[in-house]
Formats: sequence, C-alpha cells, structure tokens
Amino acid sequence: MKITIKDVEHVARLARLELNEAEKERMRAQLDSILSYIDKLNELDTSAVEPTSHVLPMVNVFREDEVRPSLSQEEALANAPDRHDLFFRVPKILE
Amino acid sequence: MDLCRLTIHEMRELLRKGEVSSTEIVRSVLDRIAQVDGQVKAYITLTEEKALKQAEAVDRKAGAGGALPPLAGIPLAIKDVLCTKGVPTTCSSKILQSYLPPYDATAIQRLKAQDAVLLGKTNMDEFAMGSSTENSAFFPTRNPWGIDHVPGGSSGGSAAAVAADLCAAALGSDTGGSIRQPAGFCGIAGLKPTYGLVSRYGLVAFASSLDQIGPLAKDVQDCALLLQAIAGHDPFDSTSADLPVPDYSSALTGDIRGIRIGIPDEYFIEGMDPEVEAAIWTAIQTLEALGGKQEKVLLPHTPYAVATYYLVATAEASSNLARYDGVKYGYRTSRPADLLEMYQRSRREGFGPEVKRRIMLGTYALSAGYYDAYYLKAQKVRTLIRRDFEQAFERCEVIATPTSPTPAFKVGEKTENPLQMYLSDIFTISVNLAGLPGMSIPCGFTKAGLPIGLQLIGKPFDEATILKVAHAYEQATDWHLRKPPL
Repeated sequence: MKITIKDVEHVARLARLELNEAEKERMRAQLDSILSYIDKLNELDTSAVEPTSHVLPMVNVFREDEVRPSLSQEEALANAPDRHDLFFRVPKILE
Repeated sequence: MDLCRLTIHEMRELLRKGEVSSTEIVRSVLDRIAQVDGQVKAYITLTEEKALKQAEAVDRKAGAGGALPPLAGIPLAIKDVLCTKGVPTTCSSKILQSYLPPYDATAIQRLKAQDAVLLGKTNMDEFAMGSSTENSAFFPTRNPWGIDHVPGGSSGGSAAAVAADLCAAALGSDTGGSIRQPAGFCGIAGLKPTYGLVSRYGLVAFASSLDQIGPLAKDVQDCALLLQAIAGHDPFDSTSADLPVPDYSSALTGDIRGIRIGIPDEYFIEGMDPEVEAAIWTAIQTLEALGGKQEKVLLPHTPYAVATYYLVATAEASSNLARYDGVKYGYRTSRPADLLEMYQRSRREGFGPEVKRRIMLGTYALSAGYYDAYYLKAQKVRTLIRRDFEQAFERCEVIATPTSPTPAFKVGEKTENPLQMYLSDIFTISVNLAGLPGMSIPCGFTKAGLPIGLQLIGKPFDEATILKVAHAYEQATDWHLRKPPL
C-alpha cells in the first residue's frame, strides 16, 4: 500500500477539499492503484537528465508597465457569489 | 441540398458566388441541431438568436459588395472551455455553471474578427479531464456513429457536433489527446498545434505546459482554414511563440513524394484492436503509394508517457484549479461557518469525482517529501520522451501511428476504472509532453461501423507538413466523406 487514509486526509486538507469517510477510502484505493502504475518511472535512471518544465526555450517576457484599458470594477465583480459595494465579501476571518 | 452537410470551403464557395446566404446555412444547421442533438447531446449552450443576427449582418455586408474574410458567415461550435464574452462558459462543471466571462478568448476574438457565426458551446469532460465526455457534470455526449458509444474526450461535444453536421467545424482543446482522440472516435479531422502556436489567453487552464487550442473539422482543408484564423503571436499569452505563421492552405498540394514517414514500433503494441492495426497499415501503404517513404523510427520511452503525463498534468491542474475558491466567481456553498469551510465545501460541492481525483494526485505529487520522487522524476522522463522525438525526426518529416489503440468504447465501459480510461490516451499523450503538432484523420471503419483514426505527428511548428500529408491521404481515400447513420 503506497498511500494511507492519513495521507489522503493530509492531501485533501492541502487541496482544500472536503471528503467524507467513504470518499476517503475510495480515493485511497484509486490513488494507490494509479501510484503503483506510476512506479514504472523508477525503471529509468534519470540521475543525469535535466528536467523539462516547458518545451519552448522560455525566457521572461517583459513589457513596459503602462496603464491600459482593463475590466471595470463592475465587470470584475459581476461574477462574484457575494459582494459588498465594490468588494468581494467572504465570511469573517478574525474573531 | 442539405447545407448543413457541407464543409467550410464548400460553404465559402457558395457564399462567394452568392448562391446561398449565411442565414440559409445557419438555419440549415440549427434545423439539424433541433432534429438530432436530442440524441447526440453535443451542445450545452445554444446561442441561436445571436447566431442568426450574426448571419444577417454577414449577409448585409455581402450584399454591399467587397470581399469577405475566409470564415465570414460560417457556423462554428466552441468547446465550453473557451471564454466567450457574455455567453456561459462552464467547462462542464457545476463550479462554473453560472459563469459569464467578461471577455473573449484570443481564439474567439480572432474568429469574430473574421465574422464567423458562433452557434454555441459544446459539452466536454469537466475541466477537460477525461477521454469520453462522460465526466461532464451535465450529461454525456453520444457518438453519432454508434449512439451507445462515447464520442471520446475531452472535446467530445465538438467532435460529435462536427461528425453529425451540427456545425461546419469546431474548436477544441488538447492537453493529452483531447482533440485527436475524439476526432478519431468520431471519424473527423482534428489538429493539436505545436505548443505556443495558438494563444491560450481565455482558455480555462488545465495543465498550462500542455494545453493547446485547435480545430476539429470535416476535412483537412477546413482544419487548415481554421488553424490559419487562430494561429499567431498574442501578447496576452507569454508562452505564445513570436513567429511568422505560414499559409497552411498553400501546403495542400497533394504532392508528398519523397516525404519520409516514420513508423515507431512502440506504437504497435499488444492489446491493440486488430481492426485498428490493419487499418493503420493499409493507410501507411496508401501513403507509400503516394510517394511517401516508410522509415523505421524508435520512440523507446513511449511506455512511460502515461505515467509521466498523469504526474505533470495533475500537478499543474492542482495548482491551476486552486483559483476556484468561491470568492471571485463560480459556485459558493451556502452558509459556510468560516472561510476554510467555505473553500472546502464549495470545492466539494462544485467539482466532480475525476477533477477531485486529479487535484488530489497532483497535490500529492507536489507535496513535501514526494516532489522529487514524483514531480521532478516525471519532468526528467519528459525530457527523455522529448529527446526520442528529436532523434526520430532526424530520420523523417512525419510520424504515423494509430490515434487510439481501440475504436470508440461503450458508454459506461471505463468509468469505474480511472487507470483503464487513462490508458486509452496512450498514443496521444507523448505529443503534448514533447509540445509537438499532431493530427488525427479518418482511415477506415470497423466491421461494426465505428471510425478509426490515423495520427500524424510533425516537427515543432511544422503543421504545414502534417496537413500536406493528411490532405494527400484524404484525396486518395473517401473515409472523410462518409456520414453517420443519424
């Protein structure tokens, strides 16, 4: 077994996902089988191989920091589940 | 004449001669949608009124004289992963069910700039995660060639819409095969461009180092037309390549004499459907008869592609999908006790099982203690996969493989086993990891009447050569002319 219920709970907390007991066990079993398959990668010696994070030879793309037209506050807030005036509203974070 | 059955270039010709109006074409397609989309279920959102208004505007312009842009008046469908201003963009997810983008994706802007008519948004696997369109939070899409079969995924709605004449052509996105595999399953042409050729601005992100937007169409010429419209540098996507875009249609000469076609042994594996294998070898013989030269190539790291992909893609996805927090847009749970509960419940209630599974896998692969063993390891194997292709392309211009090891499978057949579902992408995934262009075109049918796809893979930014080879093959065969029994 590569992954325990405790691992699942830890990762779910990191990912801000709530899972019930049945879902945790199902997730554990499925991740376990996927991770066992992924173990295949250990057949390869990659000690001298550089990682690829991006296929293009990427360099930073800079531009002048100029003011340009952008979304209005109204447009930016139009999809908010909850708002107050020109702000996104969320539950209180300080007691 | 059934206008909805025509390709873009056929519609264009009739529009140019003034023999039909865009309104007539759009009405024909809308009638077809009313007739058969109840069975196929390709569309999530139809924008009928907008489409007709747009068609009327094109007809007025045509009446005033002057040349129209290549896609003017042509009815297109858009995968629901591309932001369309003021038109719902759901990614087939509950979490974005009520999202109305305040802007258009660059690819959409470019279609609109050509006066294309947008019909609506097509169904997909939630957040483009899946290979069958069964992971849609709303309903599964069916394969027009066999209604109890899946259309493939994740761009299953777009592929089924093209195959069933519910649009002239469509846009999709491809992270591990999501354009090519459904194109293969639905018997149409679909192209994933080189990473960086098409701007990702306004494409809802799944795995940012792999995602590309591309066309799904009734034939190769239409793929070239649609690619021409959306390709090219965009300052709004820092990964978009600042290179001149060639004229793709002029590559469609029909002459492929001397072009070397690489055949990788590793793509003819045990477990491959014998009818698929036979169709691919016949297609390779056809390419040889046209003057192509068969060349044996090696892609030895192919067996590691699926494992690599499911680490790289899920790691990127877990990070990209962190934005769905119920604050700025998207679904929020009702009456959360505190902020943490708001995040956790909104995500629990908003995401479907496959999306949760991938967020969990990706978070695990990136978490302290596992990063080196999983994520970094996968990035290193990604380098090996990329090098395989670099070496193979020293010996050939195009690589030919099956698009998928089997034809379309039945609805429900793989939903219980995520790993089995992942393995259906085994021939398409490496292309994304290496950032290459790849295309699927129809190359036959099984005895049961399901389409078979031939995949052509090209060198970076050499879409012109795969389009040329695909077009020459198409001219020599008639698979692309067949219509599903709907």
